Amino acid sequence: MKQFITGNHAVAEAARRCRPGIVAAYPITPQTPIYEKLSEMEASGDLGGIMMRMESEHSSMAACISASLTGVRTFTATSSQGLALMHEMLHFASGARTPIVMACVNRTLALPWAFWSDQTDTLSQRDTGWMQIYVEHNQEALDSVIQAFRIAEEVLLPCMVVLEANFISHFMEPVDVPAQEEVDRFLPQVSIPQRFDIGRPSFVGAVVSQTQFREFKHLSQEAMYVALETAAKVDQEFGSFFGRSYGLVEAQGLKDAELVLVTSATITSTARVALQQLREKGHKIGLVKIRLFRPFPTAQIRELLDPVSKIAVIDRNISLGREGIFCAELKAALCNSPVNKQIQGYLAGIGGTDVDVDLIQRVVSDALSRDAFLDRPIWMKEE
Amino acid sequence: MQQPSDACAPCPPHTDDIMRSGHSACPGCGQAISMRLVLRTIGAKAIVVTVPSCVSVIAGPFPNAAANVPYYHAAFEVAAASAAGISNALKIQGKHDIPVVAFAGDGGTFDIGLQSLSGAADRNEDFIYVCFDNEGYMNTGIQVSSATPTHTWTGTTPTGNTRRKKQIMEIMVAHRIPYAATASIGFPEDLMQKVQKALNFRGTRFIHLLSPCNTGWKIPENMAPKVSTLAVETHIFPLYEIIDGLKYRITYHPKGLPVEAYLSVQGRYAHLTPDQIQSIQSETDRSWLALKEKAGR
Repeated sequence: MKQFITGNHAVAEAARRCRPGIVAAYPITPQTPIYEKLSEMEASGDLGGIMMRMESEHSSMAACISASLTGVRTFTATSSQGLALMHEMLHFASGARTPIVMACVNRTLALPWAFWSDQTDTLSQRDTGWMQIYVEHNQEALDSVIQAFRIAEEVLLPCMVVLEANFISHFMEPVDVPAQEEVDRFLPQVSIPQRFDIGRPSFVGAVVSQTQFREFKHLSQEAMYVALETAAKVDQEFGSFFGRSYGLVEAQGLKDAELVLVTSATITSTARVALQQLREKGHKIGLVKIRLFRPFPTAQIRELLDPVSKIAVIDRNISLGREGIFCAELKAALCNSPVNKQIQGYLAGIGGTDVDVDLIQRVVSDALSRDAFLDRPIWMKEE
Repeated sequence: MQQPSDACAPCPPHTDDIMRSGHSACPGCGQAISMRLVLRTIGAKAIVVTVPSCVSVIAGPFPNAAANVPYYHAAFEVAAASAAGISNALKIQGKHDIPVVAFAGDGGTFDIGLQSLSGAADRNEDFIYVCFDNEGYMNTGIQVSSATPTHTWTGTTPTGNTRRKKQIMEIMVAHRIPYAATASIGFPEDLMQKVQKALNFRGTRFIHLLSPCNTGWKIPENMAPKVSTLAVETHIFPLYEIIDGLKYRITYHPKGLPVEAYLSVQGRYAHLTPDQIQSIQSETDRSWLALKEKAGR
């Protein structure tokens, strides 16, 4: 049924339909409406699970991990400072192979204090062993939460569904909210390892040797490779159930492209409009949207971009002292490509600043007219 | 292997023991004795959460496990949040008869884990929390914590601790939790009775257990029970319980020995001047009187 709802409420509607046994959360702007909505559902008996109203995000993640180890489906949501506070436990969650699903609403990290969309908070958690899905709109937010539980529980790795502050979290859009029975058919009842078995006691989290540590990490990396296949399979299956699928990456207009623009999340929607207008004027610009960031879909990206010689990447995030993080990752993914290519990074929308059609067209004309591509990013600002 | 002829016959293992031989504690460790007594009382049908501390080391390196119950080694500051996650997960699974027990040291309780513990106690989460207090960061090699008493030597207080021991029982009681008690391995029956009593409540239950560290306290390896007894008999560490955050009861009436009897047997107090011993005595007397007033005696 179509509902006119915010991205946060789309996430809450999705999470509820996944029947989590435990939701452990703590308020933070702009995630709080997810926490409030799930609390309302708990109060009205619609959640089914237990809502733990924690005293910090760090403890929220700790409770999710131990509940997941007990064999229960767990969900949480956070943003920015809360995610940074969780950092220690994020490594813990992936090390424990707990399939926790977490909605992360991108928000600037202090200092300076601000409340706007900026992807640096989640991208800073790149190396924690969590899968990360970046979504473009409210419908994709809802669909990705449902997909995330399937993927996470199949590969036993935690998964973040990442939505941007305000542009998704608080903007309302028509969202097709599936019926409970439909979600139940797609996402079976939870069946994950119950690590605290009274009849067969074991020690979870014991101290290991150097070689044992390496082997645990090797296994987790192998699971990430499996996750690439699982994520693609789950997305396809989701498509056949619900009529919507997104791919790990999405491409359009690549065949005849003189330049390919690479984006993620909401900037993609604006880029679609900008590129359509340019095409009408005779400029053939392709578009690649990266949806799955961890595990990084290198093979899919190689397949799409190997033949391309000119690429521009737009990042609403920055690794200070380097460049936009999607740009750096893309360069690394393409370093063994047989076709020599030029890749230029553009920083746009940092701090939640506007990225409008005009700005994207300026990125394109800069990339098309530039003789030499730079090893450092170009800051795009208001004219 | 043949036993040497002069060896004592080994004590028969206690049939109820959950804590098995082969653990990684130092010889005569007060905490190992504490763990054994607590686990024996709780029984095999329980889930234990521990955090970085000697408790987690004693439990053994992978793939060994000294405790014959499901055991989870969580992060340092989240013993309480982790125990709460498990107890709620058990609840939603309809398993209402498996007690969840959190084991943490004084660092994991008084210092880095206090926020998580306070949050869980505020929500009255359903678990028994046992703080094995050895009055310092002993697992990292004897550093001061907020559980270290005044004038105590540690590696980071080489001329004696200038702070006072944090009153963790008062903090826990301020949360109005259903049950809180102090315990000592010098009084094993009292200790086990309190653990048994804690099992009969639901909600957050807290046991503050003084666990001498032979290395950190600079005492011989056969002295942990004796020193634990002296801590009680000198009023340094009285044995009492508090129900619903209000009803205080002293569970053992000590002889009231001078504190010097406790201090003089420990190398960590070897530097004390007569004035410092006197000030410890005065503070101990004051605290004991305050406790007796609360207990209505």
